[in-house]
Amino acid sequence: MKFGVVQFPGSNCDYDCYYALKYVLRVPTAFIWHKEKDISGYDCIVLPGGFSYGDYLRVGAIARYSPVMKAVVDFASKGGLLIGICNGFQILTEAGLLPGALIRNHCLRFICKPQNIRVENIETPFTNRCQKGQVLKVPIAHGEGCYYADQKTLEELEENNQVLFRYCDIEGEITKAANPNGSLHNIAGICNKKRNIFGLMPHPERSMEECLGSTDGRLIFESIINYLQTDSLILKD
Amino acid sequence: MQWKVKISIKLKSGVLDAQGKATHKALLAIGFQKVQEVRIGKLIELKLEGDSRTEVEKQIQEMCQKLLANPVIEDFVYEIGEL
Repeated sequence: MKFGVVQFPGSNCDYDCYYALKYVLRVPTAFIWHKEKDISGYDCIVLPGGFSYGDYLRVGAIARYSPVMKAVVDFASKGGLLIGICNGFQILTEAGLLPGALIRNHCLRFICKPQNIRVENIETPFTNRCQKGQVLKVPIAHGEGCYYADQKTLEELEENNQVLFRYCDIEGEITKAANPNGSLHNIAGICNKKRNIFGLMPHPERSMEECLGSTDGRLIFESIINYLQTDSLILKD
Repeated sequence: MQWKVKISIKLKSGVLDAQGKATHKALLAIGFQKVQEVRIGKLIELKLEGDSRTEVEKQIQEMCQKLLANPVIEDFVYEIGEL
């Protein structure tokens, strides 16, 4: 089992992801430079958070054409596990690997705080170690995290249970007040239909150890490891 | 031939424009009571070479769809002029 963390110019959560995987969870992990064209040998690719290419033009828009992305798209189209965190999620939507888009926060401010999110679907490679309805405390840190998609896309996401996490209050209630950025349907993270590509705005890599205030982020990475070790879930066609 | 192209990109009508809303409020606050809506977009100017207007237009369409605009949230219009 091997994880690869992609480094774009401007990524700044790359080391956090690397540390979380390699030193907290002790799984083989390596960095992948954005100019790399060959990513064979990896089982899960992480697109980390940050400000790739300075967020110029639109968040994620330029990174999506980075040389490594061709290999990443190819890897994911063959069923490889791909997770995009924060800026990584923005890159996945820009690349068309996940539906919708992430736009400026409703409040126009950059928000950096611990956030409660509710687990909506546990039958995925990314959430199988969670309980349905479980509330996780995972930090958010973004200026463009407001999830937008047209009505038809939203209906499809809901119908196929592609919403994996929603912003909620401490009780797990999905309310407007608990929605930090104006995301439609309080969406914090979604996966593709096949369930092998997952994007989320919260940062699980920043909630791995007690000293950081929460270890809930582990559940997401542990789900991936569990999936890779057991192959107990069958991906949808 | 050299061409100059102005591309304006704006958020689609259904997409919340938080910047536009905040600016609208500010305009009202400083006395421009008649303003009904503000939408903020971006303007991209570029110079390029091309044998004909049709060829340039084809290129611009492709650039907008692939990179300059995000069709999920944005619409674009452009003006092509000779340099």
